[in-house]
Amino acid sequence: MKLLKTIGIAAFAASVALSSTAASAQKLIVSNWDGYMPADMMERFKKATGIDAELALHATNEEIMGKVVASKGRGYDVLFVSSPFVEALDKLDLISDLDHSKIGNTKNLYNQASYLKYDRGNKHSMPYAWGTTGLCYRSDLMQTPTSWNELLNPAKALKGKVTMLSTDRWLMAAGFLSLGHSVNTKDRSEIAEATALLKQAKKTILAYDDATFYAKLVSGEATMTHAWDGWCNYGTAENAAIKYVIPKEGTDMWVDSMVITKNSKMKKEAHAFINFVMSEQIGAWLANNVMYKTPNKVAMESLDKSLLKAYPNLAMTPDEIMSQEQLRDLGSTQKAYTKAVTEILASN
Amino acid sequence: MRSPSKNLLLVAPGLGWIAMFMVIPCLLIFTLSFFERGTYGGVDYIFTLDNFVRAMDPIYVGILLDSIRIAGTATIVALLLAYPTAYAISLAPRNKQTTLLFLVMLPFWSNYLIRTYAWIVLLNREGLINNTLESIGVISEPLDILYNEFAVVTGLVYNYLPFVVLAIYASISKLNPEMREASEDLGAPAWKTFLRITLPLTMPGVAAGAVFIFVLSVGNFITPDLLGGGKLQMVGNLIYDQFLSARDWPFGATLSFILIGIMMMLLFGQAVLVNRAQLDNDKTHSHIDDEDEQSLPAINTAALDKEKSYA
Repeated sequence: MKLLKTIGIAAFAASVALSSTAASAQKLIVSNWDGYMPADMMERFKKATGIDAELALHATNEEIMGKVVASKGRGYDVLFVSSPFVEALDKLDLISDLDHSKIGNTKNLYNQASYLKYDRGNKHSMPYAWGTTGLCYRSDLMQTPTSWNELLNPAKALKGKVTMLSTDRWLMAAGFLSLGHSVNTKDRSEIAEATALLKQAKKTILAYDDATFYAKLVSGEATMTHAWDGWCNYGTAENAAIKYVIPKEGTDMWVDSMVITKNSKMKKEAHAFINFVMSEQIGAWLANNVMYKTPNKVAMESLDKSLLKAYPNLAMTPDEIMSQEQLRDLGSTQKAYTKAVTEILASN
Repeated sequence: MRSPSKNLLLVAPGLGWIAMFMVIPCLLIFTLSFFERGTYGGVDYIFTLDNFVRAMDPIYVGILLDSIRIAGTATIVALLLAYPTAYAISLAPRNKQTTLLFLVMLPFWSNYLIRTYAWIVLLNREGLINNTLESIGVISEPLDILYNEFAVVTGLVYNYLPFVVLAIYASISKLNPEMREASEDLGAPAWKTFLRITLPLTMPGVAAGAVFIFVLSVGNFITPDLLGGGKLQMVGNLIYDQFLSARDWPFGATLSFILIGIMMMLLFGQAVLVNRAQLDNDKTHSHIDDEDEQSLPAINTAALDKEKSYA
């Protein structure tokens, strides 16, 4: 068994060494999604603080999670991950507590942002962007949708003209919400019920689309899509008739947050980086360019009124956002979600 | 004459490359497939056969069978399209053949993803094909020809057809024309000559082409994702999801291992077929010119390069 373990560790270490892009020790290593910060972010940070930092990219939460779990967080200092993953990283004891005295810009946050259920008081994460998931639709081609059922069981005219997200948490959430269950349910029978409903819904959708759904609305291929609010704005930018709505059953709320790895050797610099990201200028850049809402109050208040008018979901208040159910880590139930999604995607 | 040690020195870089990037990764995959997934996606180093038991679950077996069916359909369609094409090219004057083969390869000048996206533009409900058919009055409602199995098979056939054409062409052009002439001289009608002489003798090319497209298709995950609209799960998607979304590396490794096994068996079968044909050929003392003998391995390399470029 010892030999097996050694081989296994060697296997894992080798794959990590091959997949890891961040290795340097002198520079602060930050991993974020592509395009989620200004392109010259690291230069701006260096200019403001004199600290050298390097950007690594991850395409999904799962990707960075895989790398960090495998390397125990070595090789990374600051990570951008979504809220359920903050919780998972904390349970694995891979992220460190934050020293608020080193993050003066915490004062820029809305009060509400300190009451996030996955991390009350921002003990080990600072929120960067937040938002909801709902329906993005062509208001010139249909009435405002009011219920998740309109997505899962579309009217005749909409059959074959709706798309859904296929990322596990959100695909399942559409089913749970429609049935009146929690988006974080661990109840096996509720999972089975939603799975059956979503299998049925698969027959009436055009496609699963997590990346280009807004383009399908613009081209007219789709009339209604299951969408993240910020991404719906990309459609609105091309056609003002594309609008976003949260169905009456409510929805989930997600937060993309910053954390510092426990094994970081540059904790002081990492705090400085988070502090810099929480400045007004970076928060405003996010809203203006990525069209995501940020819990950064001063940044949101600095936005041009015409922007909020053109993209009404940017004007959602913190209370409105916080009134939705926060996505939580599922622990070992995650496996059941994954299997349910496989079952749905493979069904005919 | 070179000494054996010098020969060893010459093959060392190649063997080293294969060992480093082919044999070792395969062994790592094999090893990982016997461990447990940690709750948060790590690997718990506890020996288990659970992953293999799980792979036998009807859902996963169903996905594997679907993949085999889709790849099999693509293979048959591609063979039906490629054989006449290759045959026609081999009948063209020698100097024109190069140009025609060049045209077959031309699509490879653009990226796999772009070529696949182009099919979305062609096939969607507001796309070129539907708009054209509607404007000339053939149809009144747009056809649903995108985001289904039809679109996936179309995409696979389109992307891998050149390999099949080249493999079959290599075989046909190797064929000694005197064989066909002899058959005709002995009074066989053209169709009989084709069925009894040409087709059997070009079977190695057909097998090579079929294995190329089947192997490349069965593990593909981009085409089902884009042209299938995510509604079709092939085993490639399933493996992709285990590594990049479910974070279940051991199970992903198990599925990869099973897929590698299937591919190995197919390649082995093809090698046996080629070997047998080679022996038959030697027996009949048929003349093979050097240039044509080169073309088969050359396609092999092209196929592997191509696979790397989008994998």
